[in-house]
Amino acid sequence: MKKIYNINNKGYYGEFGGAFIPEMLYPNVEELRQNYLKIMEEPSFQEEFSQLLKDYVGRPSPLYFAKRLSKKYNTKVYLKREDLNHTGAHKVNNTIGQILMAKRLGKNRIIAETGAGQHGVATATVCALMGIECIVYMGKIDIARQAPNVARMKMLGAEVRPALSGSRTLKDATNEAIRDWINNPVDTHYIIGSAIGPHPYPDMVTKFQSVISEEIKWQLKEKEGKENPDYVVACIGGGSNAAGTYYHFLDNEDVGIIAVEAAGKGIHSGESAATSALGKEGIIHGCKTLLMQTKDGQITEPYSISAGLDYPGVGPLHSHLYKSGRGEFYSATDDEAMTAGLELAQLEGIIPAIETSHALAIFEHRKFQSDDIVVISLSGRGDKDLQNYIDYFKL
Amino acid sequence: MNRINQKLKEDKKLLSIYFTAGYPSINDTVSIIQNLEKSGVDMIEIGLPFSDPLADGPTIQASSTAALKNGMTSKLLFKQLKDIRQTVSIPLIIMGYFNPMLQYGVEAFCKKCQEVGIDGLIIPDLPVDVYHSEYKKTFEKYGLINVFLITPQTSDERIRYIDSVSDGFIYMVSSASTTGAKVGFGNTQTKYFERIANMNLKNPQIVGFGISNNKTLTQATKYAKGAIIGSAFVKHLTKKGKSSIQEFINTILKS
Repeated sequence: MKKIYNINNKGYYGEFGGAFIPEMLYPNVEELRQNYLKIMEEPSFQEEFSQLLKDYVGRPSPLYFAKRLSKKYNTKVYLKREDLNHTGAHKVNNTIGQILMAKRLGKNRIIAETGAGQHGVATATVCALMGIECIVYMGKIDIARQAPNVARMKMLGAEVRPALSGSRTLKDATNEAIRDWINNPVDTHYIIGSAIGPHPYPDMVTKFQSVISEEIKWQLKEKEGKENPDYVVACIGGGSNAAGTYYHFLDNEDVGIIAVEAAGKGIHSGESAATSALGKEGIIHGCKTLLMQTKDGQITEPYSISAGLDYPGVGPLHSHLYKSGRGEFYSATDDEAMTAGLELAQLEGIIPAIETSHALAIFEHRKFQSDDIVVISLSGRGDKDLQNYIDYFKL
Repeated sequence: MNRINQKLKEDKKLLSIYFTAGYPSINDTVSIIQNLEKSGVDMIEIGLPFSDPLADGPTIQASSTAALKNGMTSKLLFKQLKDIRQTVSIPLIIMGYFNPMLQYGVEAFCKKCQEVGIDGLIIPDLPVDVYHSEYKKTFEKYGLINVFLITPQTSDERIRYIDSVSDGFIYMVSSASTTGAKVGFGNTQTKYFERIANMNLKNPQIVGFGISNNKTLTQATKYAKGAIIGSAFVKHLTKKGKSSIQEFINTILKS
């Protein structure tokens, strides 16, 4: 029997997914579940979405043949340049989609969570664009270490609310956003930034991000005369850029799917975010997936030098790709990622986000054939990480 | 008959109290339960702390974080409750999030509940349809009642469905909020209480969220079988410790 990697009609990827939410959230999530596909299929929605992706975000993003990188690793490397999008990363593909969704659902208040601030900025941006009130929850600790993004969100007119509970990072910002939604069930839409959360979020976010793989197909056809690469590679925190990069290749097993997680200071160092290696099936933020937790089922705090990969779970699609063997999962340490980031800067003149540097570190872990076509999702640019690079390399 | 159903048959309004196990101190669980029963409380919800309690406001979050820091675990809670039925006879319910139970093993968790004399569970993030299709048989095998929540936003149709799946009582969340977020009841609540009362559900309702004193208790129990107090009691424990539980309950009941 042919294996199914996409979501089923019950909201599960294999055994992962679902909606494990308190009854207080049921009406909000159910309203979305009943309407999201219908709305996404409306011609007027599709037209507005494509128009904004083109004129506002700057899509299609280029598929760039990285000549010197290819030469160094003796294979054919293409970079999908999501770093060239407005706001500097893939995140905006999803926030554009969700703000249009929110408008059609009649919502006039937007909430979001953010870790490093990239999703917060992308959300604040589209709220400014549409003139809708925006509240971004951000861990108190992250607010302190991501000051430029906090300033960006404020400049865009968003209110940044510190998450003061628990460990005061991304996971707690997500909890606070969910609590806000419980307290404001009628007028508010919650724009989740990754392919996580209760069904239909993972599927909706994946579909908005799937523009990445849709473009890869026709761009590769133009350049190589064939639609399918041999491998697609992406970094994974919650996994939205990866989900978008894999989406149109999920059912074509000739295309290898490669995921790179953040190993932090080493998988078994106690300071890591390599969920597939360290996680166990459980429930986080309303979905059944692999997550890092204690034996007693308490969710643990991850670590990575990259704030965007610093999440204790992965989206349910990725848990399914891991468990079914469809995806190859690797993890890169802080050091490997930083080195790969510097290498890209000096070989190709592109400074990547540290999240993306993890995907680039794949060459430390895996060899490719010289005629393999390897497409790497260059999910974000490194401007926001300059201070980290400065500190690390003593620039 | 399950102690919860027995209690619900009594011809009186019921007061149920929530507290977080392992808070303020790790070994307070048993003495808090004993004191609550002595103070005249009808039912107790023992909170199993969780690292990420989505449905809870700051008070219960803080007590959960403190309890986990104190070392509370599912295993330890069951150990503390081992002999509880030798001294306590009112219904005891464990309220907790699903992940710790999933990791313990749902069947093992239910079995242990039965062994120590727990009568029911409240699991806010275990949806009614998943319970119905995957876990109902297991809960029933171990004589446990699983209590479901409804809110002012829950549709009549869904309330009927929840009523049909429920045994014992329905936990009626008073307003669209996390625990401890809103104090007092307004017109919206009264209308909601009346709406539910007029539905003539098969299960009695107990109101929770927003009850912190005699006034709100009276308002809530005008329409419902009983009321649950959580955050206000946890706040009291934080301020006054467990020695003045009787005093707190007296104020609530005005006796």
